[in-house]
Amino acid sequence: MFLLQILKNDKGGRWLIGLLIALIVAVPVLNSLPADSALHVPTYTISLLGKYLTLALLAVAVDLVWGYLGILTLGHAAFFALGGYAMGMYLMRQIGDRGVYGNPDLPDFMVFLNWQELPWFWSGFDQFWFAALMVLLVPGLLAYVFGALAFRSRVSGVYLSIITQALTYALMLAFYRNEMGFGGNNGLTDFKDIIGFSLSDDATKIGLFIASAVALMVGYLISRALTESRAGRACVAVRDSESRARFMGYRVENIKLWVFTISAMIAGVAGALYVPQVGIINPNEFSPLNSIEVVVWVAVGGRASLYGAVIGALLINYAKSYFTVELPDVWLFALGGLFVLVTLFLPKGVVGLIRKKESV
Amino acid sequence: MIRSVSKSLLSSLMLIISLLALPVLAGEAEFNQYEEKLTKAKFTEKSRIISDWMATGSGEALSLVQLMLDSQLYYHKKEKQLYRVEKAEKGAEAIRLRDGSLVVIDNKRHFKRVSINNTLRSEFGALLSTAALLAESPADRRSAALDLIGTATPEVVGQLRELIKSESDSSVLEAFNIVLAVADLNGDNTTRAAKAITTLADTLEPAALAALTQFVERSSDEVLVAAANKAIQTHQDQASFYSGVETVYFGLSLGSVLVLAGIGLAITFGVMGVINMAHGELIMIGAYTTYVVQLLMPNSIEYSLFVAIPAAFVVSGLVGIAIERGVIRFLYGRPLETLLATFGISLVLQQAVRSIFSPLNRSVETPSWMAGSIEINPLLSLTESRLYIIFFCLFVFVALSLVMKRTRLGLQVRAVSQNRAMARAMGVRSEWVDAMTFGLGSGVAGVAGVALSQLTNVGPNLGQAYIIDSFMVVVFGGVGNLWGTLVAGLSLGLANKVMEPWAGAVLAKILVLVFIILFIQKRPRGLFPQRGRAAEG
Repeated sequence: MFLLQILKNDKGGRWLIGLLIALIVAVPVLNSLPADSALHVPTYTISLLGKYLTLALLAVAVDLVWGYLGILTLGHAAFFALGGYAMGMYLMRQIGDRGVYGNPDLPDFMVFLNWQELPWFWSGFDQFWFAALMVLLVPGLLAYVFGALAFRSRVSGVYLSIITQALTYALMLAFYRNEMGFGGNNGLTDFKDIIGFSLSDDATKIGLFIASAVALMVGYLISRALTESRAGRACVAVRDSESRARFMGYRVENIKLWVFTISAMIAGVAGALYVPQVGIINPNEFSPLNSIEVVVWVAVGGRASLYGAVIGALLINYAKSYFTVELPDVWLFALGGLFVLVTLFLPKGVVGLIRKKESV
Repeated sequence: MIRSVSKSLLSSLMLIISLLALPVLAGEAEFNQYEEKLTKAKFTEKSRIISDWMATGSGEALSLVQLMLDSQLYYHKKEKQLYRVEKAEKGAEAIRLRDGSLVVIDNKRHFKRVSINNTLRSEFGALLSTAALLAESPADRRSAALDLIGTATPEVVGQLRELIKSESDSSVLEAFNIVLAVADLNGDNTTRAAKAITTLADTLEPAALAALTQFVERSSDEVLVAAANKAIQTHQDQASFYSGVETVYFGLSLGSVLVLAGIGLAITFGVMGVINMAHGELIMIGAYTTYVVQLLMPNSIEYSLFVAIPAAFVVSGLVGIAIERGVIRFLYGRPLETLLATFGISLVLQQAVRSIFSPLNRSVETPSWMAGSIEINPLLSLTESRLYIIFFCLFVFVALSLVMKRTRLGLQVRAVSQNRAMARAMGVRSEWVDAMTFGLGSGVAGVAGVALSQLTNVGPNLGQAYIIDSFMVVVFGGVGNLWGTLVAGLSLGLANKVMEPWAGAVLAKILVLVFIILFIQKRPRGLFPQRGRAAEG
């Protein structure tokens, strides 16, 4: 009942949720079909699909701040990567003494660097609940502090975009350092299992896929509930005319800050689900290019519609997987061209096209 | 290390001179005479033969001495003639010193080394170094003297005391004094040692410091040790002062690079308000233009930069105008969309360079007049390329300021950026001005690329590395303000280099970024915010 209330005005959202539920039911069934059947879905495809769904969740988080709040964030991949690192640290601890050096207390890279004991910030990550908490808290806290500083001093527009980019760039440089204790250049990898299930098992992969689909659903519903609420309408007011909203008595800073923080936490969850499915997290995830790519997914799908972000993320990532294998040289041309064409000719994205067709 | 290099250089130089000179020398008969004597002589006689030979004023003896020290002087047992042999084995080459002809050794037993013992070795060594003290150029004399620090034998010291009377060049005199002072310090005479300490305290030579440190460890004379310690302290103060000067110099040169990278952006972003994420790629295009120019004129690398600078300006400027006309002009007033579109352009340009040239770095040669360094004193030498970068940065800055302040274009640019409608009403072709301004900013980015090509690798990712820095510089300095860009760039460069010694390069960079992020919170309009009419809007 409550769900229907949220999705009352959201036809696209109803389609999306329905599709996700269908996927959750259908994919394990199709996977269990014999391998020579035409409808069989190989586990590899499921992992790929799961990865796309986490990226779609990231795109929803970006759309929440860009589409509804008007903040063009060029650093959301930082929150995604932080969530990923928190999960990666938990997975590293699960390796135990099965690493190359067989040290039960220290991850391989620390043994390699001749470290004697676990740094304090690694303690607690043996526990799943702690890691799960950190997946939310670390990106949330960073977003809160960053946002509190930036919004209170009314840094906005392009300046804000540039400092979010500087933020993720600084984090990337920091995580590349071996002294930081996050595996430096190579990042964290070689994961073995998650809450007792081996990561190489097909069942675990399907489980992660379902978790990703559920996370996308929940993330989408939270975002939609937010935009449908009074706070959401205040967001749009801030986006369209910040000064006017302020003069009407809205606490613009607080609205921005909370939505930004929630969005960062959603991005963190996306990162945490992404890492076990791709099996590695390294500082490259922080690179400014990644953040900007997410913005393009949203732009292609269509800003301020949430489900447009999902469409954009799935479309472009599928195209990326295809192009980087078949025509690696063309990919950057295509991506770059897409940036230009969408901003010039498709300001409302794919969703805009669909809506136009419907209204005709 | 340096000493052995300089010695072998010296020896090869001397050998070449002697080989060239041998056949035409009037003293050919003399050579033959001494050659014969040398092949027969015993150890004790060899020293006398050489000094007799030296006394005739011929330089050949010296080159032979060097060869003996290097164990490369051989004689043919039957011919009784001297050869230079690097490896005495079958098939190796030998040079007959008499006429400089090449001979292939067919039996190594025919050759015998002109051997020397340790006494002769030290005697000859001193002979060579004192001979170098008489060299023609003051710089050679100075380096020869500095080579002697701490190793001068009493005879050499005696000779130095003679030479110092007739020496007129001040830098050579200083070197002589250091050698003598170190010798005095190692001697027994306390008054002389005390005087030596004061001499050594005034010099900046690292060797003097080493001699003082050794003295402190060895000596038991408390007064002298105290004096020496004080001198060491002076040295260390000097050293830290000059390393500070060097840090500032590095900081200024890094800052100049940042200013160069950012100043084009100060025009397009600062004055026009266009977020051009492809700015870094315009820098990259400038760097690749330098590479292409050098490919086109491989025989005159020395002058290639003078061609590359205008070429890069034109190429990057044209690309910039194309970007402005093709994309940006449809997006004026929508900064976030401009940001995305220009980022797309930057990806396309990167991939284009990758496809045309290759994903690998290309090497751009540095003209020889830019290589090398200026030695101010033994503790401080400034790399010339960095100096040129600093001057070039100032030159570009002044030129650009003049264009903006003194030319018609500059006036129109400022008019359009302050009030477009009014400027149009006054008859300014605002579209044309937009294109020209963007072209100007892009062209300057290209010129920055020429400078960067001399410092870093030229590759498709060159631009990406500088885009964030450039924006930081412009935002930190204050938008629409060339002075702000200059001050911001130089101070960020300085801050980076000052922090580097204790924080490391990466951490220093992170700290600077964090500082800027915090700074923008406090002063969103940068160091030098615009005032007056331009600030509205």
